[in-house]
Amino acid sequence: MKAVRYYGKEDVRVETVPDPEILNPHDAIVKVTATAICGSDLHIYDGYIPTMEQGDILGHEFMGEVVEVGRDTKRLKIGDRVVVPFTIACGQCFFCKEGLWSLCDNSNPNAWMLEKLYGYSGSALFGYSHMYGGYPGGQAQFVRVPFADVGPLKVPDSLSDEQVLFLSDIFPTGYMAAENCNIKPGDTVAVWGCGPVGQFAIKSAYLLGADRVIAIDRFPERLALAASEGKADVIDYTTTDVYDEIRSKTGGQGPDACIDAVGLEAHGTTLDAWYDRVKTSMYMATDRAHALRQAIGVCRKGGTVSIPGVYGGWLDKFPLGPAFGKGLTLKMGQTHMHRYLGPLLERVERGEIDPSFIITHRVRLDEAPAMYRTFRDKQDSCIKVVMRPQETT
Amino acid sequence: MAHVINRDLDPSLSDIESWTAIGGAAALLLLGLTRRNAQGLALSAVAVPLMYRGLTGEWPGVLTRYLPSDDTREALSGDRGMHVLESVQVQKPLAEVYAYWRQLENLPRFMAHLERVVQYDDCALSRWVARGPGGLRVEWDAQIINEIENQVIGWESLPGSDVVTAGSVNFDSARNGRATNVTLHMRFEPPGGRAGEVVAAVFGRRPAQDVREDLRRLKQLLEAGEVPQVVQRSEVMA
Repeated sequence: MKAVRYYGKEDVRVETVPDPEILNPHDAIVKVTATAICGSDLHIYDGYIPTMEQGDILGHEFMGEVVEVGRDTKRLKIGDRVVVPFTIACGQCFFCKEGLWSLCDNSNPNAWMLEKLYGYSGSALFGYSHMYGGYPGGQAQFVRVPFADVGPLKVPDSLSDEQVLFLSDIFPTGYMAAENCNIKPGDTVAVWGCGPVGQFAIKSAYLLGADRVIAIDRFPERLALAASEGKADVIDYTTTDVYDEIRSKTGGQGPDACIDAVGLEAHGTTLDAWYDRVKTSMYMATDRAHALRQAIGVCRKGGTVSIPGVYGGWLDKFPLGPAFGKGLTLKMGQTHMHRYLGPLLERVERGEIDPSFIITHRVRLDEAPAMYRTFRDKQDSCIKVVMRPQETT
Repeated sequence: MAHVINRDLDPSLSDIESWTAIGGAAALLLLGLTRRNAQGLALSAVAVPLMYRGLTGEWPGVLTRYLPSDDTREALSGDRGMHVLESVQVQKPLAEVYAYWRQLENLPRFMAHLERVVQYDDCALSRWVARGPGGLRVEWDAQIINEIENQVIGWESLPGSDVVTAGSVNFDSARNGRATNVTLHMRFEPPGGRAGEVVAAVFGRRPAQDVREDLRRLKQLLEAGEVPQVVQRSEVMA
């Protein structure tokens, strides 16, 4: 089969590799009909994610058709059309039973690696380094899915691939980010980053009752999408002072909740942003946290800062004092995908949201190397890339 | 939480301990040599074996060359032997976890070094077969010396075995009976002589981590019904 493989910083290749096989009794093999490049794949592409190895198959947003099942797989049947969540969960451990699916104890064969870094290991992820399990990803024609009775969601034929594909990650991720804001009717929510997760966070904030959403970015096409599709009040941080602007938009009070949908590679124009760039470029720091600092600074007293953006290391100049002084609540973590798949599918079925609004590029799998670069550089107004691995010509 | 309780003859050192030993030895050397008197000389002399241990992870042979005892209890008594203490919480009721472990034939399903365990008819005696890297095979007999149902199992190797080892596993009910805390305490004979080499080869150089992985597999088997695995990446075909 064909698959997108990692070879190093800014080096991904499409190559022919052996088809995946059933290894465990609860496995399934899925023939991938649609897969997307995620913003977090760009952290890998930019060399920020440790324990990647040459030849690793990328991709954690995918869906397709079940073509093979392990002997203990009961719920899934060959021929089922499924969307697969990017976190792998066993469904039986303490964390899964508590609904903290992305913290599953039993899915990561390399848990010891994350234990060394973080003290304890979260769940494994598809196609996202060996410390997250080393599972081959879904930017391929076929993929092995462990615990197939627990994760994959069957989707009705009435919905197209493009309408349900983003249930695999970014829609639930944006939705959980908004849910973590504990939104009450009348609230204002500010969202840093109008990439795909930010766009879904904006829509989800409204779905959950926000009165107003303010969105911050610098790319005109992303701000335009946030304004047109998301109905957000947009701020271009390169031309506007974000703190002053948000204060003036909220009567000086600040937003009730702030969402950092940017993560560890934030850009900025202020002094601390340049400090981060210099330090990370000299390998003296791991994460650039400008967006998070600003969110904490702008958030109203007693508000919530929700962090769907990915962080990996030890943050420098983290404004704990301001967070403490204002009594903020911080919520973060990988998305507890399995909680959201069903309810969000229902929202799509009811027509409350059509997630395909985000797609700007539709390509064949062969075009992945070029599209990684296009997406990373935000060229060609790229916001979301969907690939169709079964289309070969 | 895992920790190897380092008695005086721990065969392996973590990186931190290595560097602590090296750093400490360097400091002692400097301190001793700059004193230029008998005390200083003594300090420097102490630094030498410490430096050796820091660099190689073992005390020099002159300090460890003693005869390992054939008697399990004597070999492992008091501060002697290498101790590994590790625990895991399994989301299954106590009786189920205990029964699984008490069926000693199950142990090789989650203990990586074990090839098989066979219980003799009276259930207190058992034959253990382990295989180390390079196919090195070791067999020994063990007997259960302490057993309280749904609480604790303790065992030790019989005199004359290749491997001198003892262990106990405690089972404690947790989360109002929904879960069980399994605490494993293993002891191995200290290195020195053939038995020590065999223990090191079969049980690995990082026994605490190995035991932690063994217990993790136990938890995965009992909770999820399988041990997660990924296939080795294959080479490009075309």
